[in-house]
Amino acid sequence: MARKGDWIRISNTVLEPHQRAEHLPEDTKKCPLTMWVKGFLLDEEAKINDTVTIRTYIGRELQGTLVAINPSYQHTYGAYVPELSYIGHQLRDILGGDHHE
Amino acid sequence: MNRDNSYAGVMARKNQIMKHAVGMDYAEFEKDGIVFDYEEMMRKTGYSLDQVRAIERNGNVGETPIYALKNLTKLARIIGGKGKGARIFLKDEAANPSGSFKARRAAVSVYHAKKLGYKGVIAATSGNYGAAVASQAAMQGLKCIIIQECYDSEEKGQPEIIEKARKCEAYGAEVIQLTVGPELFYTFLKTLEDTGYFNASLYTPFGIAGVETLGYEIATWFREHESRDPDMVIVTNAGGGNLTGTARGLLKAGAKDTTIVGASVDLKGLHMASDGQFNRKSFTTGHTGFGVPFATNPDRSDVPRSAARPLRYMDRYVTVSQGEVFYMTEALAMVEGLERGPAGNTAITAAFCLASQMDDDQMIVVQETEYTGAGKHVAAQLTFAKENGIRVERGNPIDQIPGKNIILPEHPSLIQVKELEMDRLRKSYLKHVWKETFTDEEIKYIAAETKMTIETVHNMIHALQQEGGV
Repeated sequence: MARKGDWIRISNTVLEPHQRAEHLPEDTKKCPLTMWVKGFLLDEEAKINDTVTIRTYIGRELQGTLVAINPSYQHTYGAYVPELSYIGHQLRDILGGDHHE
Repeated sequence: MNRDNSYAGVMARKNQIMKHAVGMDYAEFEKDGIVFDYEEMMRKTGYSLDQVRAIERNGNVGETPIYALKNLTKLARIIGGKGKGARIFLKDEAANPSGSFKARRAAVSVYHAKKLGYKGVIAATSGNYGAAVASQAAMQGLKCIIIQECYDSEEKGQPEIIEKARKCEAYGAEVIQLTVGPELFYTFLKTLEDTGYFNASLYTPFGIAGVETLGYEIATWFREHESRDPDMVIVTNAGGGNLTGTARGLLKAGAKDTTIVGASVDLKGLHMASDGQFNRKSFTTGHTGFGVPFATNPDRSDVPRSAARPLRYMDRYVTVSQGEVFYMTEALAMVEGLERGPAGNTAITAAFCLASQMDDDQMIVVQETEYTGAGKHVAAQLTFAKENGIRVERGNPIDQIPGKNIILPEHPSLIQVKELEMDRLRKSYLKHVWKETFTDEEIKYIAAETKMTIETVHNMIHALQQEGGV
């Protein structure tokens, strides 16, 4: 449950598939154009999937469906990539032991 | 007020929304036929080099360091053989406040918006420019909205773009994230109209004037430290503004003999507006999906006339593959001690190959780096690629198929640029402005637009008429 003032993320359909531009690739044309934006909840309280109003960080009021409360960033440096491990050694070998001089 | 906010309704108001949002009237520079007075637009609406330098200094932007890359130079000499291997230099643009050269463009755009009395700025960008505008807006006290193309229809997002969103939000911007599609422009127009904010487009004269200092700084640094101009400057090319601004700055400093090379990641075969292919690329900028269409048709941008016109300045245009750029990103960290973001390393990958072909008394400059971090890191990008079914393997990059595999070169000598034929690009430009007949003024304009002589323009028109293919 989100309460007034909580930092939340909302989502909206901007254009339904039939409202989209012409000359789109087939796969894109089948999907709605969707948007996400974050802000502080203006309603007293709300739960996921409720239609809510937010005030964005710069103060605009926008409406949409609540999709996340206290949204955080989940992107990382990825997994270890073993395919990359030869590069440093290879270059240091070619340059020779004194490459750092 | 009842506005028609349908797609067609908003698009129909495009010109009037833009006029208000850029604070300038492009009609003033339109001449007869296809001609428009580019230099007059840059002169009248831009700022002088000295003014831009002062604006950037005030925004803590520019005067970035230049490093000699001694180990990569040594490597290029080993690979190039006797007498080959130009010295490679790198301008470390990651040292700018928002971590890329885009701070230069943003500093001037945001300054201009503030001077004209706008309360906020909006930019449509998934790249480093968003962070740059957000950073400068924070510094100069304006509100900021960034609009990104970020997710496919399953809400799977490019890690690099998600990182940019984080950075924009860290600077207090509102970030609107969208699924794939060119109608981002619709959201952009609607938001401009709703807010009355300034369009901090990448393609206004202010944005391009902001990059001129980069070329100018390169020229003055080389005169001071090497007593002459560099032989070649290589620029990662997407929308063309980086190349245009840098080349103009070099010319303003009098470096007329420096060869200007554009470099892009080869993403041939991937459709940029395809939902299914969106996450099959590892590079969200600096690639041919932007580079080629924007070079051959610059006015496809988000302002009526783009100030980024790379064909006016480009001497050569080369491509490299995704795997080669990842290899070189790793190389830069492992032997030069510089960990920088992959997309900005496109030019250095091409420079490494070109250096090995140049003479060892020559100098080549890579004019840009970008910051790196979670999401915009080699490991993050390759992990994401694997998750999307892309094969990551060692081999010969010549076998790469964008969207299918990423080939890390077995040996650095396999890093080879592919040359895009300039005349083909020029021909493509000509097709975009094609008419039955051209006036002398139009021929002169085309010559300036494409860095051709009047005679070559005539010959090319004649050849196209013979082909009957327009």
